Amino acid sequence: MYTAQIRELIKKVEATRSARLGSDFPRMTPEQREEVLKEYHPDYKEKGFRKLRIGVNQGDKVPLELADVLEVKSRLGNIELDLNKVHYDVDVLIIGGGGAGASAALEAHQKGANVLIATKLRFGDANTMMAQGGIQAADKPEDSPAQHYLDVMGGGHYSNKKELVQALVKDAPDVIKWLNDLGMMFDKEEDGTMVTTHGGGTSRKRMHAAADYTGAEIMRVLRDEVLNREIPVVEFSPAVELILDSDGKAAGAVLYNVETEEYLIAKAKTVIIATGGAGRLHYQGFPTSNHYGATADGLVMGYRAGAELIFADTIQYHPTGAAFPPQIFGSLVTEKVRSLGATPINSEGEQFVFHLETRDVEASAIIRECLGNNKGIETPTGVKCVWLDTPLIEMMHGEGTIEKRLPAMYTMYKKVGIDMRKDPILIYPTLHYQNGGLLIDEHGQTKIENLYVAGEAAGGIHGRNRLMGNSLLDILVYGRRAGTHAGQKSKDVEVKELKLDHVNAYHQSMEENGIQTDETSPMILPHYTHGRE
Amino acid sequence: MSNKEMVDIYILGKKYTVPASLTIMDSMEYAGYQLKRGCGCRAGFCGACATIYRIKGEKELKVSLACQTKVEDGMYLTQIPFFPGDKKIYDINKLEANADTMAQLYPEIYSCIGCNSCTKGCPQDLNVMQYIAYAQRGELEKCAEESFNCVMCGICASRCPAGITHYQVGILARRLNGKYIAPPTEHLHKRVAEIQEGKHDASLKELMSKNTDELKELYNSRDIEK
Ligand SMILES: Cc1cc2nc3c(=O)[nH]c(=O)nc-3n(C[C@H](O)[C@H](O)[C@H](O)COP(=O)(O)OP(=O)(O)OC[C@H]3O[C@@H](n4cnc5c(N)ncnc54)[C@H](O)[C@@H]3O)c2cc1C
Ligand code: FES
Repeated sequence: MYTAQIRELIKKVEATRSARLGSDFPRMTPEQREEVLKEYHPDYKEKGFRKLRIGVNQGDKVPLELADVLEVKSRLGNIELDLNKVHYDVDVLIIGGGGAGASAALEAHQKGANVLIATKLRFGDANTMMAQGGIQAADKPEDSPAQHYLDVMGGGHYSNKKELVQALVKDAPDVIKWLNDLGMMFDKEEDGTMVTTHGGGTSRKRMHAAADYTGAEIMRVLRDEVLNREIPVVEFSPAVELILDSDGKAAGAVLYNVETEEYLIAKAKTVIIATGGAGRLHYQGFPTSNHYGATADGLVMGYRAGAELIFADTIQYHPTGAAFPPQIFGSLVTEKVRSLGATPINSEGEQFVFHLETRDVEASAIIRECLGNNKGIETPTGVKCVWLDTPLIEMMHGEGTIEKRLPAMYTMYKKVGIDMRKDPILIYPTLHYQNGGLLIDEHGQTKIENLYVAGEAAGGIHGRNRLMGNSLLDILVYGRRAGTHAGQKSKDVEVKELKLDHVNAYHQSMEENGIQTDETSPMILPHYTHGRE
Repeated sequence: MSNKEMVDIYILGKKYTVPASLTIMDSMEYAGYQLKRGCGCRAGFCGACATIYRIKGEKELKVSLACQTKVEDGMYLTQIPFFPGDKKIYDINKLEANADTMAQLYPEIYSCIGCNSCTKGCPQDLNVMQYIAYAQRGELEKCAEESFNCVMCGICASRCPAGITHYQVGILARRLNGKYIAPPTEHLHKRVAEIQEGKHDASLKELMSKNTDELKELYNSRDIEK
């Protein structure tokens, strides 16, 4: 519910609304984009980063909070484990039950492999479940995979791994078809044409959606299918360390039953890390849109085992996180709200940025408006933010549009007493996505043999910046690719003796480099106290 | 949190004093819990946090999502971290989108006594009893639409005297709808075929051979669909 004070401020937005309706705000020039990024994007804030002192990426800078979980000891440091006491013996071990994990499981199973999914929370408690906006694919006549490729490369500032982008855009239409054949309910016209919209940085309308429950719909369907195929899933059993064999190849993982607090050995011929993002590390103190389990565990385990990180210093701050009221602070306001025409507005009722710049640029412009130009709004809880003028949507597309196309957003705001059809909402950037991750090739393989990575934990595809709708796409493209390859490959693998030597070596290297700490990782679960002293 | 109004809540019967501005989920953490079960997305999408509560002095038991509901003074609460619902195993490729399929897989839907407890409990404000009625009649498209915002938290099933696992009926209807009832997408099939035939290989290969400056040029001058 808005306070009387805030209501007063809304009047300025209302005063300019009809004049703004239908007028085109100019996009930034390439030079203007560079400038706002350099001055206001959190990635450019030197103090937020430090150089790694050990491991494959020694000398590379990563966010402080990530360095803090990479450069500490294994949770297994002081624990006696009998690696020969194997609890699960499978062909393909999939770590993480989100969209990447589920799609990998389906494809590996399709190849005849014996698959196990081990996941931290419940199967489907994952960032995938929360994605609202949509999924990109160039499947319309006026669009093409080449056009999609250009958008991905430009969005990523040309730093992306080309082969990974090619696979992404080429597999995209087939991913949509696969989902459709599994029974996903896409938004369609009566003649079957997909309803598609723009997202930040797209040159064609290629964002496919299932209202604003796109990720939930994908996750529900994939989960249902995994269960139908009777692929075993162990919940509340996060992996805490990879196991390599005596040849140094990936051969399983140590799982931790968070309820019984036992460690269990999972042996496998191939291993796929699909553990998702890192929002819950709260880089630079930002709130996050991510689910509770997004604590970079996969990066930690992979890095200890010798897999390489790429672009770990590039983080996506979503321009529109909810800033008010406090119950939904940091929650995502999907980009689709802007795709449908809502625009950011400052305290004076002026638009100050084109509403569909790429996310990094859009977020930086909002931060600049608040911190540089001092034209933000301050909430009763002291948060600086700007308006997102949602009533524009129904003025442009007709009454009922918000309830029909943005039901999740509408419900979220209704629950806190705000009618976004009639009143604008308050937003500020929120920590949303890790653009980088563990480097993979077109099959999802890392340089550690038999170790694959898929989904948000993987890096290289999006370069330094991901466009909306390309992540849901990549988790399925690379989930499927990794699953297929790992399933096939598992047939020819013979696992040697199970070892945790790499963990000892990592500890040794810490010691040699003078890193002393009693902290351990991966984090597994965040710890919140909400201001309690 | 400047003006800290506090309320008393009872987690599993034990009293804690917490800020009134917190959600049930946050209040448990404020009280000192590190949540294991009962917490997923923290944003109303995953259904992990179903919670049952009663306000001191009132009779009615209420259910809600802990991440989406603010605490109230005198709230006695417990989470429902797991619900043993019944999910049937099926091969989606071998089903038909009609009432017979529903009757075979979930015959208990015909035992609905119309008490409407499911609808009253739904934190997503879905008309659950109505979508079960649609399923009974084989109106699967309507069942799919009506159940679309379901987060599968299990609250409906936990209250059903007929033993219906509503949310599993909902997903079956949605998958049948998406696969068999919704109109097929011609442009999608066409594009998939083109790619399989290699029709887009040359244009992609050409782009891949460009250096950054050339790509930049193409990117900055690309036409943008209105
Ligand atoms: C609010 C929100 C909205 C978004 N909207 C969009 C959108 O509209 N379009 C788009 O393309 N992208 C969107 N994204 C991004 C996209 O949803 C995610 O990047 C993507 O779903 C990640 O999929 P994943 O399978 O890699 O990871 P996840 O879906 O997060 O799954 C990872 C799983 O691994 C589990 N796990 C973590 N650690 C361990 C461990 N140690 N052991 C075992 N399991 C573990 C996690 O609990 C989780 O279940 C959005 C993201 C968020 C948070
Ligand atoms: S934690 Fe996901 S719905 Fe509450």
